[in-house]
Amino acid sequence: MTAARSLIAEDITLSYGDRTVVEHLDLELAPGRITAIVGANGCGKSTLLRALARLLPPRGGRVVLDGKALTTLHPKAVARVLGLLPQSPIAPEGILVADLVGRGRNPHQKLLASWTKEDYKAVADALEATGIADLAERPVDELSGGQRQRVWIAMALAQDPDILLLDEPTTFLDVTHQIEVLDLLHDLNIRRGTTIAMVLHDLNLAARYADELVAVHEGRVFAKGAPNDIVTEDLVEAVFGLDSTVILDPVSGTPLVIPIGRHRVG
Amino acid sequence: MTVEAIHHARRARALRRGWLLGALAALLIALFWAAVMVGDTFYGPGIVWQVLTGQDSGGADFIVGKLRLPRATLGVLAGAAFGIAGVTFQTMLRNPLASPDIIGIDAGAATAAVAAIVVFSMSGAQVSIVALVAALATAAAIYLLSIKSGFRGTRLILIGIGIAAFLNSITAYLLSKAAQWDLQAAMRWLTGSLNSASWDDVRPVAIAMLVILPVLLIKSRDLGMLRMGDDAAAALGVRVNRSRIILIIGAVALLAFATAACGPIAFVAFMAGPIAARIVGPGGSLIVPAALVGAILVVASDMLGQHAFEHRYPVGIVTGVLGAPFLLYLLVKTNRSGGSI
Repeated sequence: MTAARSLIAEDITLSYGDRTVVEHLDLELAPGRITAIVGANGCGKSTLLRALARLLPPRGGRVVLDGKALTTLHPKAVARVLGLLPQSPIAPEGILVADLVGRGRNPHQKLLASWTKEDYKAVADALEATGIADLAERPVDELSGGQRQRVWIAMALAQDPDILLLDEPTTFLDVTHQIEVLDLLHDLNIRRGTTIAMVLHDLNLAARYADELVAVHEGRVFAKGAPNDIVTEDLVEAVFGLDSTVILDPVSGTPLVIPIGRHRVG
Repeated sequence: MTVEAIHHARRARALRRGWLLGALAALLIALFWAAVMVGDTFYGPGIVWQVLTGQDSGGADFIVGKLRLPRATLGVLAGAAFGIAGVTFQTMLRNPLASPDIIGIDAGAATAAVAAIVVFSMSGAQVSIVALVAALATAAAIYLLSIKSGFRGTRLILIGIGIAAFLNSITAYLLSKAAQWDLQAAMRWLTGSLNSASWDDVRPVAIAMLVILPVLLIKSRDLGMLRMGDDAAAALGVRVNRSRIILIIGAVALLAFATAACGPIAFVAFMAGPIAARIVGPGGSLIVPAALVGAILVVASDMLGQHAFEHRYPVGIVTGVLGAPFLLYLLVKTNRSGGSI
């Protein structure tokens, strides 16, 4: 089990150039839990994740890791605690799985130093945990989308962060692999106690896998809490502008949003 | 996959890379010796050794020590500098077309040098300094134009190609106005040549190499991280903007010093990286392999240009003839796979 860490956004305002995307937002990630951030396209949820990961310095307010503002910490020190899997990372052409996973060790390695025992162990453990040990010597280019996503998650695991942020980890995956990736993240949360926060498109999967759901609307936290407490027809209407019926998912007992469009309504 | 298995596989790859780099280095040394020995008069390795160690070697002193040795040394250093600068840009921007000779940095040096010769009647070291400053200024202009709301590799390449076209047309205009006696000197800045290389030309390039290469080697791990995209690199603790600026300044300075010494030897910066990548394979840093390949390309091409034909051609003509088809090959291949170097 890793130590529970706290990551808190305090009154942050985020912008790209002149365009303000997030305004005066407060958010505390529940330590040791899984948080899913949901919202309509362009609501600022990915931007928020980038700010939590130190990739986008806030224009106002600050992001605080264990009591210290992220901007005052050394990037490598942050990276030893806080991992981020961006939405579409690029695998260098021809790189082997083991080498790519090994890059997750960068924040733990000194300049020009060779791999230590811990590095090897972390990589072996990460390959094992993601079930891709037998692919270790294969080029990443040759893998399927689902396998490739496992490789990236393995890289983030080799980094050995206590908090792992993921930007839409299931995009471009078919439904089987979506479930596989989310199960894998759940395992990780249980076994290592890793705090997980991810941006998810699929509201139903988010409601099923998250301990805590954060609904973002127009750059603000619209609602936050356990999925069963906050997912209602009103919330879906307010956040996504969509008519729906919310029922209980017969498999997981979590809310299941059934959209209502203009057609095919019986 | 056990710890031992990963360790073993990594060591095997490192060993293979070591052998390949050793082979490239051996080839370069052989070419260097050949370049020093072969010419209108052939001097054996014994005589070359006598010149190198400062012993009395009769008439070989001048031809070997003052003509061929500086020429071959400048070939090695400039080729390595072009290779390093090229592969640094190509890796950072994830595109083989991003090499400085395609995105206008060489063109900046050449236009400034031709202007210095034709318009301001400068010569020698003055022209070199102007070329050096112009290469750095062109790189800065391209970078600043391309960072509007966030850094984009593709935008930088397109802006660079546009600037190159613009600068080349200025060069052509200047040449059309040039006096006959200036043309000879100006032409060197169009293709690059090792003719009239002296120890005075070698020294600045050697010093630049000694200062800049260690910096780039230290930053080569960050360079590898940047290939995964800015966010992925930053998430692994890389100071993205700082590393990128250091890498760009280092590569451009190296390129500028080499260009100031022998002109923009066509396509070497562009070819060295992709060739090196195909030889040593993926994974490791390409800086040293590209340096070796760049040096081999320049020394070998210069020997071809000097001895293979009835006429003598400057090295840049030979590399240009080799490079153009290679450019087409890479364009076709990049389109097909969307891949980088």
